[in-house]
Amino acid sequence: MTTSPYPILIILVPLMTSFLIPLVGWWRRSLCYPLILAALTVSAFSSLIILQMVMEQGTIHYHLGNWDPPWGIEYVFDHLNAFVAVIVSLTSLLIGISSKSLVERSFSKKAAFFYCLFLLQATGLLGIVVTGDAFNLYVFLEIASLAGYTLIAIGDDGAPFASFNYMLYGTVGACFYLLGVGYLYIVTGSLNMADLAKLLPPLYQSKPVLIAFAFFIVGVAIKMALFPLHVWLPDAYTYAPSAVSALIAPLTTKVGVYVAIRIMYTIFTPSFVKEFSSATTLLSWVSIFAILFGCIWALAQTDLKRMFAYVLVAEIGYLALGIGLANRNGLTGTVLHIMNDTMMMASLFLVAGAVVTKTGFRRIDQWSGLHKKMPLTMAVFVVTALSVIGIPPMCGFFSKWYLLLGAINARQWVAAAVLLGSSLVNAILFFRVIEVIYFRRPAEFPNQDRVQHEGFEEAPWSLLIPMLLFAAGIVSLGLLSGKIVSGIIQFAIPEGL
Amino acid sequence: MIGPFEDVVIRTGCRVLIPFIQLYGLYVIAHGADSPGGGFQGGVILGASFILLSLAYDGDEARKRVSEKRNVILCSVGLLIYSGIGAICLALGGNYLNYSRLHHLLPVDPVYARALGIFGIEVGVGITVMAVMLSIFFDLASEHEDQGERTSFGMDR
Amino acid sequence: MKIKEKGLPLEWIVSKYNYWIYIFLMMIGFYAMIGKKNLVKKVIGMNIFQTSIILYFISIGSKKGSTIPIAEHAAGGPIQAIQYINPVPHVLMLTAIVVMVSTFGVAMALLIMIYRRYQTIEEDEILRLRR
Repeated sequence: MTTSPYPILIILVPLMTSFLIPLVGWWRRSLCYPLILAALTVSAFSSLIILQMVMEQGTIHYHLGNWDPPWGIEYVFDHLNAFVAVIVSLTSLLIGISSKSLVERSFSKKAAFFYCLFLLQATGLLGIVVTGDAFNLYVFLEIASLAGYTLIAIGDDGAPFASFNYMLYGTVGACFYLLGVGYLYIVTGSLNMADLAKLLPPLYQSKPVLIAFAFFIVGVAIKMALFPLHVWLPDAYTYAPSAVSALIAPLTTKVGVYVAIRIMYTIFTPSFVKEFSSATTLLSWVSIFAILFGCIWALAQTDLKRMFAYVLVAEIGYLALGIGLANRNGLTGTVLHIMNDTMMMASLFLVAGAVVTKTGFRRIDQWSGLHKKMPLTMAVFVVTALSVIGIPPMCGFFSKWYLLLGAINARQWVAAAVLLGSSLVNAILFFRVIEVIYFRRPAEFPNQDRVQHEGFEEAPWSLLIPMLLFAAGIVSLGLLSGKIVSGIIQFAIPEGL
Repeated sequence: MIGPFEDVVIRTGCRVLIPFIQLYGLYVIAHGADSPGGGFQGGVILGASFILLSLAYDGDEARKRVSEKRNVILCSVGLLIYSGIGAICLALGGNYLNYSRLHHLLPVDPVYARALGIFGIEVGVGITVMAVMLSIFFDLASEHEDQGERTSFGMDR
Repeated sequence: MKIKEKGLPLEWIVSKYNYWIYIFLMMIGFYAMIGKKNLVKKVIGMNIFQTSIILYFISIGSKKGSTIPIAEHAAGGPIQAIQYINPVPHVLMLTAIVVMVSTFGVAMALLIMIYRRYQTIEEDEILRLRR
């Protein structure tokens, strides 16, 4: 049990700041933005310190209220946890930095409430990652989801209806998760994850445990938008305002993947997963279809944000494939891809947000010749596109490499073929856009007004710096992938795989 | 959507009942440990008393007593009481929400400090729940002057 | 020992009646969420769905011949767990009820935004207007 305050500061500071912001916003609106930056900085700093502590000491436990588990709630930090917490808090901080110009442009009068919801969303996501109690995870899941529904609904025309659909789906998913917790509580009487892992192995053949597993997997699949339960995702992320889609899109689904890994490999240990291999086979096949259909549907889109949303569906397919392969290489690929995909999706949606805010252009053919006016933004887009395709030394290549190794280890040749084929389809997808951006002149298309293209400049600094940092991260963390795997991720994978 | 409702019986009845309802709400908040109750239940009863006021009288009658600004302040203050008590316990050396540390501040022994800590938290929760109930009711029930105009304010241009 | 009646093991239904009730309610709510076109009916279906799960949790905490978990209510002497119903599911469901009410509040606010935008609350008309 640790007594350092960092495990609780990572949650407490954004939470209390989100309560303070409506008061501060009524008093002086300009103070809101520095306040959220301060809160997210403290959170990111705490997560980095926790990662360092975990790498030195091993798993950290923090007991809330000094009640010992399983009677009390505890926050557990092992390597997987600390890694994902660092990713989530750093991404929230960078998106928070970038939200300044987007908020000023769209809804400056209600900025205080927007920032309050923003921090609540960040708190909910961080809480899901750090908790070690199954019911506490449900509470934080609902905090993040409710903040998400509200944030998405303040977009343009189709946003309230898209958010309503997302709410119906998300509520069903969370309720299925709650049912899973309930069935496990019936047979064991405990809600703590480590305690459940100890109490469950003699009960693996009993029906409530199997039903609980089924409820968990379906509930988490809805939350992480795995095909065919992804239907809420394209509408919700397309119509959401730019600041919101840049925050929610990279993080919500990855945290859902983290929950799936926790359930399948921490609560139900790897021996359960090996015993009931039909579940992992089903998961692999579903994720293969997710990758295929995500790429194919992305090809059909003309609206860029919608295209990125379908690319996200395909990326979730990669993540679920790694979980479904159930071997060491596959799971390493998934955990590494959590980090990579967060950076890639964040920079993609920031690029889309920058261009839409500056120019209002949402369709691919409207982006022609944009590299002359927004060169840095388009450079970030190219770096991210190369990473999504999987070209070394960008980080996307390394996680796909581990996934490919895992597929070959598990003798899933269809999965390996789909992985390689989807890289090709992604190449077609992104090079089509890059060709329009770089190699077409604005004057080539008669229906485009030359006047529209004059008079805009590069995206503002508050948007540009996070984008450049994400692009730099994609390249540098790709080069450091080996160190990350050997230093952090190989301890995050549970024994027995 | 809520217009003035002129009926002497209802108005007199509500005028007599509402203080007792609020008193009962406070009782439910305070007696959460000894009988069914607690912060959330008591907060809902307190909120319901204001809603009854606005149903019996003019729609704005309760709004005059709890304006929107005061509502948001109540909401935030209640939640800050909750996390503030936890943070005070953190500052006094224990873990978060370890109420026994409050015996450094209050003249009681650590075991009793836990009971007082929970009571403080329930008060915070009750205030917030009352404010949120009022906020939901008034946002749904009020007439807006800009009805019919374009109301989605996320101009993503 | 099962009493078989028309091929259905009767004990299987009667002894687990709380599970059958909650599944029945859950499926009613689920059908309303999927099958109804009016958005308000979908929200009501979501409410029924969540309420059925709350009912299920409460039902698993009950014991035969036991009283509410307040220390003064049972017979005197040391506290024996068998005399009280399990309070943990009740505590968990307090949180779940709060989540249900908050979701309902957000749903109502979304419905008002949708109504002001499209002047209708039927899903097929909204989808047609959106194209």
